[in-house]
Amino acid sequence: MATQTPAIETHNAAASKPSRPLWLEVLHGWVTTVDHKKIGLMYIGYALFFLVVAGFEALLMRIQLAVPNNHFVSPQVFNGLFTVHGTTMVFFVGMPILFGFGNYLIPLMIGARDMAFPRLNAFSFWISAFGGILLYYSYIGGSGLYGAGSAPDVGWFAYAPLTSRVFSPGHSTDYWTLAVLLSGVGTIGTALNIVATTISMRCPGMKMSRLPLLVWLYLVTSCMTFVAVGPLTAAQIMLMLDRYAGSHFFDTQAGGSAVLWMHFFWIFGHPEVYILVLPAFAFANEIIPVFSRKAIFGYPAMVAASVGIGFISLGVWAHHMFTVGLGPGANTFFVLATMVISVPTGIKIFNWLATLWGGKIHFTVSMLFAIGFLFQFLVAGLTGIMLSVAPFDWQLGNSYFVVAHFHYVLVGAILFMLFSAFYYWYPKVTGRMLSEHLGKWHFWLFVIGFHLTFDFMHIPGLLGMPRRIYTYEADRGWMIWNMIVSSGAAIQAVATLLFVFNMVWSYFKGAVAGADPWDAWTLEWSTTSPPPAYNFAKTPTVASRRPLWDLKHPEDPDSNYETEQHLPRSSQEESL
Amino acid sequence: MSDVALISNPNEEWVLPSRGIVGMVCLILAEASIFIIFVVAYIFYMGKSLAGPTPKEVLTLPIFTSICLLSSSLTVHAAVSALSRSKRHLCSLWLAATVLLGGIFLAGTAHEWYDLIYNHGLTISTNLFGTTFYSLVGLHATHVLVGLIMLALALWFSLRGQMTHEHTEKLEVLSLYWHFVDGVWVIVFLVVYVLGR
Amino acid sequence: MFASQGWCGLAAIATSAVGADPTNMFAPAGTPANSIFSLSMLVLGVTSAIFVIVSGILIYVLVRYRWRKSGDKSEQEPHQIYGSNQIELSWTVIPVLIVVMLFLATTRVIYTTEHARKPADALDVTVIGRQFWWEFSYPKLGIVTANELHVPVSDPSHPLPTYLTMSSADTDHSFWVPRLAGKTDVIPNKVNTMWIDPQAPGLYLGQCAQYCGVQHAKMLIRVYADTPQEFAAWVAHQQQPAVEDPRVAEGRDVFMHNACISCHTIRGTVATGRFGPDLTHLASRDTIASGSVPNTPENLHRFIENPANLKPGVLMPPMHLNSHDLDAVTAYLTTLK
Ligand code: HEA
Ligand code: HEA
Ligand code: HEC
Ligand code: CUA
Ligand SMILES: [Cu+2]
Repeated sequence: MATQTPAIETHNAAASKPSRPLWLEVLHGWVTTVDHKKIGLMYIGYALFFLVVAGFEALLMRIQLAVPNNHFVSPQVFNGLFTVHGTTMVFFVGMPILFGFGNYLIPLMIGARDMAFPRLNAFSFWISAFGGILLYYSYIGGSGLYGAGSAPDVGWFAYAPLTSRVFSPGHSTDYWTLAVLLSGVGTIGTALNIVATTISMRCPGMKMSRLPLLVWLYLVTSCMTFVAVGPLTAAQIMLMLDRYAGSHFFDTQAGGSAVLWMHFFWIFGHPEVYILVLPAFAFANEIIPVFSRKAIFGYPAMVAASVGIGFISLGVWAHHMFTVGLGPGANTFFVLATMVISVPTGIKIFNWLATLWGGKIHFTVSMLFAIGFLFQFLVAGLTGIMLSVAPFDWQLGNSYFVVAHFHYVLVGAILFMLFSAFYYWYPKVTGRMLSEHLGKWHFWLFVIGFHLTFDFMHIPGLLGMPRRIYTYEADRGWMIWNMIVSSGAAIQAVATLLFVFNMVWSYFKGAVAGADPWDAWTLEWSTTSPPPAYNFAKTPTVASRRPLWDLKHPEDPDSNYETEQHLPRSSQEESL
Repeated sequence: MSDVALISNPNEEWVLPSRGIVGMVCLILAEASIFIIFVVAYIFYMGKSLAGPTPKEVLTLPIFTSICLLSSSLTVHAAVSALSRSKRHLCSLWLAATVLLGGIFLAGTAHEWYDLIYNHGLTISTNLFGTTFYSLVGLHATHVLVGLIMLALALWFSLRGQMTHEHTEKLEVLSLYWHFVDGVWVIVFLVVYVLGR
Repeated sequence: MFASQGWCGLAAIATSAVGADPTNMFAPAGTPANSIFSLSMLVLGVTSAIFVIVSGILIYVLVRYRWRKSGDKSEQEPHQIYGSNQIELSWTVIPVLIVVMLFLATTRVIYTTEHARKPADALDVTVIGRQFWWEFSYPKLGIVTANELHVPVSDPSHPLPTYLTMSSADTDHSFWVPRLAGKTDVIPNKVNTMWIDPQAPGLYLGQCAQYCGVQHAKMLIRVYADTPQEFAAWVAHQQQPAVEDPRVAEGRDVFMHNACISCHTIRGTVATGRFGPDLTHLASRDTIASGSVPNTPENLHRFIENPANLKPGVLMPPMHLNSHDLDAVTAYLTTLK
């Protein structure tokens, strides 16, 4: 890493350490905190815990599926496993970890001292956390008076009427609904906070056209949250009314419609996947430029593309319902809408490539994960395009091909970019570097495990293997592929353990980081690592998108290139 | 601390939108999307009930209470502008009027429901109409109730003289919420009592 | 138990290696599956091309512009480029064109499949999805059967498609036989249709593709494409009432005096239940329990003793017959040719 120390004085974080407080005081401090950094870290810690839990569930599923006609777990247990795995990963890993990073970084990046509504922030965290606990409580209390506990086993999109009292007696489905409902409320709270913070708490000079791209993307994600999580909340309320008050929203016996639930769920569900992926894009927008030592290529286009993705993604939900029988008209419409998303997404991919082009690319572990993200997101997007071709989807839908597609995005893109973000911002948060040596092991093991698992998962899908089956017949020719997939999952587990170990080890033994270990350009690197409770001693003032670049290169500041129209000066003289 | 000696531009004025209002707009956006789903469900199930009673048989237009609710939007607006001009007593008066009007609306809904349940035998589990009607109108009524509680609190502070000119923005944020609740009623009214009958 | 499955596994590898993939969507054997197959080849071609180009550029960039520790010159920041409208426009327009092309190709297949003209002599079958088995009835022929669908082969020069009208009695299901056609969901309170026209005689496998509850995994489908003669013979046979064999009268009595009749139909007897599969010609089927096990007397015996033995979570309860009655009932059922 280039370690040219810029004009900023770096202070040793350890120098100001107070004497160790009692653990009870520490605990009290964390539980009652309204500091955005602590709340962010609690979000992240909570999500990491659930990542390991839900990953463990995935391992159990993979053991069961490794060979045909296996009896490792019963069908009931298996159905619970994929439901809880999916729900946990989406609502209690993906959402909280992304909001955790947002909470931590956004005020720092826009030069603010805290979020707009610190107490709402704490409330949102605790209510989401409570949701996660409720979901797992169903293992204890799920059957209520009927007997021992069970997990919800309706799948993460819980299609009606399987969720009605008739087909899902006991209370496990109620725990599922409540858990999702609560996490939704918490999510809306945090999203609201992020929007208000971004709009109203920027430091002087931080115009919207100078926001770090990360903040822009969080803004888009948060706005999408309002319009996406609202429908989910509404649908869950209806489901609860059905189960408890005897209403008939999704009661097909009383004229209710099963398809209505699908619409409601996917009106949430599709934007949700972009809510999850946009923060990953956000990290990429910060990390790729820094490690290729170049400004992001086409900032306005990146913003426009994100906003475009946000809008288009609200109109594509029925691509999850191509097989439902909506008729050729609706199918054609949703094919087009879905395919159109590839245009703004493509712009992003190409702009990242252009950012790398002509740069000096540093292969730190953080950057390695980001490159993995670029490559895997490309593949995942292309399999998404295959699925968006409705007739192809009539074959692929609900097969393991879909499972492979979405893990490619959720793991190959989002989880990879999260790892990248961990390696990038860990020094800021703890004042210590994560070990690059262990990190390289982590990266390569995870890449190998990932590709073994999810590349080969496409094949049983093409060979006709539906998802959500606890076992399969030996004569279908799926066995060898499942075997490979399962072994890849085991490698991923080892890599994940290595990562957790690295986090713990580096906290105590890692190299001291200093304020700006990556020679980066955004405001969070201008304060100490870890930042003080009030973030900045003096509220910063900025004049461009890369304030620290301006500081380090006073002879050629960015502000020269950012015209008032918020467009980069046309660069005819600059050849690519 | 490392002083962030970043290029400053002191002659540039730096004003940002109020976070309270931004927050409320976001909340309204989220709430609106919840309502939209309930409205869509209502429209989707219109005329699909397998058994009676139908809306035509049992619903009457709640004209008077609707007028009360909608005019409470005006009174709450008057309260805000009174406060912004530091006319605190006037503000209390308008707030009281708002709470009263909102209260009348809620009482009207309560009466309507009583009538439907005991005289027409329509409950949430009777048919799809009951299901969608009670949930949509009930969701709205819940919002009215929440708004009323907050308005009543504001009235309480105002009467005790604890609300001053500086609190104008807070009251404005609250009034935004109330306008939203009224706006939703217009939609609900049109869908349930006009279109659906 | 992990190891005990090893042999199964080896056998599976062996079959998979000789290319016996009975549910391979890239081995189409009917018109809908065929047109999907050709469309998918186009899509695969386009996406592979994009993949090769974009990942090629990525690799080139990574190699060409990697940071090299050489001399002090390299400590300098590279030339900063902020964007270029022309270039960005070009990589907006090209994807738009690709999308338009893919979209048009897709639309054609959607309409030819979903709006296909139905010939007058097409066979009609009503499909009812149930937890966790399929009911197939032929309204014009007066036949009701389960899990094993018999249809005539369709000669491309004289197409004889089979139209499936489908709905569900309980939760959502999905009818998927990859070599014949894409899947269509089977949804309560909604009627969907699809058509198949197998072009070669034989057995086509598939299974339920929408999660429907505990035994979603064992809701298998078997489609038998019969030659016209075979099909006519099958129809004639299925239209007969149940065989009356005096040698198994005892088992028949057991069946008729137990709750079996409240869930199962055996045509020509008092058994008229509709909750479970029609057993009139049970013995003519190759498998039981929705294709999970071969239809052998031993399997029948185990199934009736306690259905969960073979299919945990199944909706048929154990009937607690004593072993004598059990043998008798099994014997009776095996005669229902
Ligand atoms: C973060 C998550 C994420 C992301 C980003 C995406 C992105 C996309 N997804 Fe995916 N998807 C999921 C998560 C995600 N998906 C999940 C979780 C499910 C399953 C849910 C469930 O059933 O449980 C799912 C399911 C799913 C389906 C339904 C399958 C089925 O159940 O039958 C479809 C169908 O259209 C689809 C399509 C797409 C498309 C077209 C994109 C596009 O956005 C991709 C766009 C990107 C590119 C195309 C690559 C880059 C572009 C270029 C290089 C430009 C040039 C390219 C062209 C012109 C083609 N997805
Ligand atoms: C962010 C989202 C996310 C992530 C990261 C993952 C990660 C993984 N998923 Fe998941 N998955 C979903 C979201 C996600 N999944 C969703 C939404 C569904 C759909 C659910 C539904 O159908 O309803 C699904 C479904 C799903 C299925 C399909 C089940 C089915 O349809 O029958 C499978 C099967 O292989 C699977 C596997 C995996 C694997 C192997 C990983 C691996 O990448 C996991 C790697 C991580 C670990 C392995 C953790 C490490 C564990 C440890 C360190 C603990 C070790 C401890 C001991 C051994 C004691 N997932
Ligand atoms: C409560 C209803 C119920 C009762 C009572 C019942 N069955 Fe069943 N039976 C079912 C259902 C449901 C299935 C389908 C199981 C599946 O494949 O998921 C079934 C399947 C079967 C099958 C397999 C049919 C096939 O083609 O796969 C046989 C044989 C059978 N039952 C025999 C009996 C006998 C004999 C009795 C009485 C001793 C009986 N059943 C009582 C509901 C019932
Ligand atoms: Cu029927 Cu799955
Ligand atoms: Cu989608």
